[in-house]
Amino acid sequence: MPLVTKPNLPRTDDFYAALLAAHEGLTEAETHALNARLILVLANHVGDLDTLTEAIDVARGTPAAAADDPTKT
Amino acid sequence: MVQARYRTAFQLYPYERVAEQDAATVTRHPVVIVGGGPIGMALALDLGLKGIPALVLDDHDGVGQGSRAICFAKRTLEICDRLGAGQAMVDKGVVWNLGRVYKGEEEIYNFNLLPEDGHRRPAFINLQQPYFEKFLVDRIREKQAEGLPIEIRGQNRVTSVETHADHVALEIDTPDGPYRAEADWLIACDGANSPIRDMIGQGFAGRVFEDNFLIADIRMQAEFPVERRFWFDPPFNRGETALLHKQPDDVWRLDFQLGPNADRKAELDEEKVRGRVRGMIGDDIPFELVWTSVYTFRCCTMDRYVHGRVVFAGDSAHQVSPFGARGANGGIQDIDNLGWKLALVLQGRAPESLIETYHDERKHGALENIRNSSRTADFLTPRSPAHELFREAVLTLARDHAFARPMVNSGRLSVPCVYDNSPLNGGDGLRHPARTRPGAPCPDAPLGDGFLLDRLAGGFTLVGFDTDVPDRVDFDGIEVTGFRVDTDDTIRDRYLDAHAFAVYLVRPDQHVAARWSRYDEAAVAEAVDRATGRA
Repeated sequence: MPLVTKPNLPRTDDFYAALLAAHEGLTEAETHALNARLILVLANHVGDLDTLTEAIDVARGTPAAAADDPTKT
Repeated sequence: MVQARYRTAFQLYPYERVAEQDAATVTRHPVVIVGGGPIGMALALDLGLKGIPALVLDDHDGVGQGSRAICFAKRTLEICDRLGAGQAMVDKGVVWNLGRVYKGEEEIYNFNLLPEDGHRRPAFINLQQPYFEKFLVDRIREKQAEGLPIEIRGQNRVTSVETHADHVALEIDTPDGPYRAEADWLIACDGANSPIRDMIGQGFAGRVFEDNFLIADIRMQAEFPVERRFWFDPPFNRGETALLHKQPDDVWRLDFQLGPNADRKAELDEEKVRGRVRGMIGDDIPFELVWTSVYTFRCCTMDRYVHGRVVFAGDSAHQVSPFGARGANGGIQDIDNLGWKLALVLQGRAPESLIETYHDERKHGALENIRNSSRTADFLTPRSPAHELFREAVLTLARDHAFARPMVNSGRLSVPCVYDNSPLNGGDGLRHPARTRPGAPCPDAPLGDGFLLDRLAGGFTLVGFDTDVPDRVDFDGIEVTGFRVDTDDTIRDRYLDAHAFAVYLVRPDQHVAARWSRYDEAAVAEAVDRATGRA
């Protein structure tokens, strides 16, 4: 299951707003903790190690070439 | 003189003068095993059962005190069954299935190990190491009485080794002074601080963990249920972890994480230890302290486990953190792998290069154990704010969400490794099931009045699942015995999957050498040659 790096999320603005709302009023430590839990929840949902390591690479900004490969969807 | 380095729990092999000490000529032994711990004794027993004379030299006269390793995994019990010592261990050992995990004051979840059905042995037992060693020695004594060529010499300390192309020369100290001996093969089972390793100038590289743990083994007659409890950040050990589980003889293992800056001496103060115990079990239950120890740990391995005629097995070759019980269990798998190879080489039925595959296969196993136990250590001792952040996230989610529970890592139970990519593996004519691919240990299954693994004890074995195989074939000096198994659902699930029938070639250590959909003598001959290093 290759990582999807093209736009894939309908109602992007709604998601972004929900994310910000979830962090509303949190201290920096609480924000970090929430993000960590969110990552674990989403990782379990993805359920595929290759996809997740690809996502980690994209997030780190390392081998962007693979993620931008036009042959990959 | 042979100075004692520790006190013994059982005196099992007191020093006796042997004729060799007075002989004018030096005696050459096929195999000398240095170190009479669990690994050395198991190897001696395995070799003796194969008719290979084995001499064990130990610098004490019995089993050291202290519970030490207390968790023996199913694979270890299966190997000990093959050696004839498994039943005594299981009869004495404690079986538990329920584990509880706490965070702070609260139980966040519990789990039942529910071992897979259809195996003779449980996932593991808790048993004090001195018992484990004693049962091996008891079995050796039984077999010695029947004439098996095993000898144990207590208070015999090897003080120097000299390696040659085809043997090793030893100098051995005893209470009566030194003598010399020679060995075709010297097997160093002399522990994590292996003097033999130093004597041949080999290193031991790896990672030292900056943390301390206190073990307090206590005896109490408590109404505590037989279950394992693990705490993160408990009220009685804030910011650290703690563990409780049961051993035989009303003994309980209490393990307290102390952090990196612990004062070892102060922590071993009896009143301080008693205070910690009270914190965990409360004020009401009377108890006595049986054994206390502060330990640190490291994960290290030798570069190579075979150096000419000197072979390293157990902690002398590799050391892991205690999490997941991979030390003694890994070591027993070492000797399971080494015993049959040494026997074939000494009998002239396989080339010496077969011993090198012991290194290939068992270093693969050791690296897997080190990887697993290092990950547990990282979970128990977060090394950075990020480690701490994610651990907290896992533990917080684990209370309400089952998906996060497998991420809680308080030790991954030792399971035998699969020798994928081993040079000894033959063809895989089935491709599935994956769990019984070449290199994998055969999973047990009920068979007739007993179990499948009972039938895979000794040499190379051919198993025909719902198909006939020859009872006995000699492949150029390697005798292979065969039998047919009429399958049931359990066996089909483990060995056949969708195939109507299958033929497996199984090594003497019960790992799969090769498998096919039907019997073909030429293919089996090729696989036997490969599995014995002849091809």
